[in-house]
Amino acid sequence: MALSTEDIKKIAHLARIEVSDSEAAATLTKLTGILGLIEQMQAVDTTGIVPMSHSQDLVQRLREDVVTKTNQREEFQKIAPVLGNGSTERAVNNGLYLVPKVIE
Amino acid sequence: MEWEVVIGLETHTQLQTNTKIFSGAAVKYGAEPNTQACEVSIALPGVLPVLNKEAVNCAIKFGLAINAEIAPRSVFARKNYFYPDLPKGYQISQFELPVVGKGAVTIQVPAVGKHPAYEKVVNITRAHLEEDAGKSVHGAVEGMSGIDLNRAGTPLLEIVTEPDMRSAAEAVAYAKKLHELVQWIGICDGNMQEGSFRCDVNVSVRKKGSDKLGTRREIKNLNSFKFMTQAIEYETRWQIETLEDGGTIHQATVLFNPDTGETRAMRSKEEANDYRYFPDPDLLPLEITEADKARVQAQMPELPEAMKARFEAQFGLTSYDAASLTASRELANYFVATVDNGAEAKPAANWVMGAISAKLNAEEKPLADSPVSSEQLASLLKRIADNTISNNAAKQVFEAMWNGEGEVDAIIEAKGLKQVSDTGAIEAIIDEVLAANAVMVEEFKAGKEKAFNALVGQAMKASKGKANPAQVNELLKKKLTT
Repeated sequence: MALSTEDIKKIAHLARIEVSDSEAAATLTKLTGILGLIEQMQAVDTTGIVPMSHSQDLVQRLREDVVTKTNQREEFQKIAPVLGNGSTERAVNNGLYLVPKVIE
Repeated sequence: MEWEVVIGLETHTQLQTNTKIFSGAAVKYGAEPNTQACEVSIALPGVLPVLNKEAVNCAIKFGLAINAEIAPRSVFARKNYFYPDLPKGYQISQFELPVVGKGAVTIQVPAVGKHPAYEKVVNITRAHLEEDAGKSVHGAVEGMSGIDLNRAGTPLLEIVTEPDMRSAAEAVAYAKKLHELVQWIGICDGNMQEGSFRCDVNVSVRKKGSDKLGTRREIKNLNSFKFMTQAIEYETRWQIETLEDGGTIHQATVLFNPDTGETRAMRSKEEANDYRYFPDPDLLPLEITEADKARVQAQMPELPEAMKARFEAQFGLTSYDAASLTASRELANYFVATVDNGAEAKPAANWVMGAISAKLNAEEKPLADSPVSSEQLASLLKRIADNTISNNAAKQVFEAMWNGEGEVDAIIEAKGLKQVSDTGAIEAIIDEVLAANAVMVEEFKAGKEKAFNALVGQAMKASKGKANPAQVNELLKKKLTT
C-alpha cells in the first residue's frame, strides 16, 4: 500500500499533531517502511490462529461495584490548565473546567 | 411512486450501577459539577481503567433477556476523536468483538385507524459496553464553554438493531418495548429526561420492492417517544420529497428541533468520521464463562413474555389482558400481589387495568404512588366476592380509599354501603314495588320482558342500591311466575 503526503497530513490532523511539509516527507518514508514490514508479516499463513488483542495472554479482572473515589475536585482544579493569553489563572469556573467555546 | 422507509435504532442505555464503568467514582445524577470526576474520569496521565463487574452483569442480563449470543470473549477498543467532554481523546467502547451478539425482541405495534395491531420481531445486531462522555455547559463565561465530567465514564450499553422497522409506529413500539425491558430486568432506570435512555434513529427511504438500502441520515439523541414519532415522520417526508424533486440524500447526522418539528443536518464535518478503532491496550479481553451466565441467569426475574403466558395459563386471562398487565414489571407485581392477598384473578385484572390505571393516568402518577395498595384493593375485591357490597358500591368505596378516607370495611360501614342479602328484607321491598307498579306487572305477564328489568330497577332504587341484585332478580322472578 502506497501512502501519499496527503495521507500523512490527514492522519496528523486526525491526531491533532502539527506536521510541517518537511516533517511530512520524512514521516512518509518512515511510515511506508512500517507498512512494508506489515505487508511482509501478512504473507505468513495465520489460518486457525486466534487474533490477539493484547500482548499478555490474560483475561480482564473485574472490580466490585463499590464507590472508592471521593470528591477531589479542589485538588484537581488546582492543577487545571491555565486560561492562557497571558493569564496564569486556572481555567475553572463554579466547579466547571473551561475550554474555548464549543457549539455545533 | 410508492416509497418505503427503513429504520434502525441505536439506543444508549445507562446502566444502573453505583460506580463508573472503569473507576470507583460515583454516578449519581444531579451532583455538583465535577464532584464525581475522579482522576480516571478527567484522564490524568498514568491512570488505568478497571472494569466494573456490575456493568458486565448488566450486559449479560440483557443478552439473556433477548436470547442473544453472549461472547465468551469480547474486546474493548478505543474510538478516537477530539471533543472537550472527552478528555482522553478517545472513548473506550467495543468494536469488532462486542459482549452481546445477535438476538431478537418481539414488539406489539398498536392499531392505527383501520390497520389492526400486529406483532413483529426486531432483530438485534449487537450490544456493546462503553463509557459515556461528559457534558458541555454554555453561557457561564463569555466565549468559553464549561465542562462537567461527572457523567464521563458512566457505563452504557449501546443496543443496535438491524434496519428492520418500516414505520415510525414500529420504531416507537420497539423503543418502548426496549425501554420497558431494560427496566424490567433492572439494568437501567429508564429515565429519559435525565438521559438514561437515548435513541439515535437511522432513517432511509427506498422504492417499494427494492432490496437495496437508501442512503441513511441519523437522527441523534431523541429522548422522548413523541419526538421520535415526529422526527421520523418529518425526516421520511423530507427524504421522499428531496428524491422526488430529483435531489440526492447525503449521509448525515441530523438533530430534531422540538419547537419547529423539523430535522436539520448538523454542520457537516470537514471529513467523514474516522475513528481509527483499535484494541485498548489498557484492558485485557473480557471473558464470560458458562458459569458466569448461569450465575446471572439465577438472578434474572421472570421475563414479560413468560409472565404473560403464565397469567393466561394460571389465571385464565385473555392474551390481551395478560399483555396489558405485563406491560411493566410494577403493574405485573401489583396484580400478582393483589391476587396473593386473596382477590380473584379476573376481577383483580379488571380493576388494575381499569380503575387503578384510569386514576393514575388522570393524576399522572406512577403506580408506586398509588394511594390504594394491592392489599387494600384485594380487601375491596373480597368484599365484592363475598356479597358484602355490590360492584357499584365498590366503586364508591374505591373512590373513598383513593382519597385517603380509610380502610375498606370502615368506609362500607361509614357510608352504609353494605348490601342487603337478607331474603326477608328483599322480599318486603319487592312486595312494595309490585304493589306500587301494577301496570308493569301486567305488562310483564302480557309477555313484555322489558317490564321485568324495569321492576328490578325499581326494587334496587327502593333499596337505595343496597339490595343484592342477583337475589332481587331471583326473588322477583319467583314472585311473578308463581
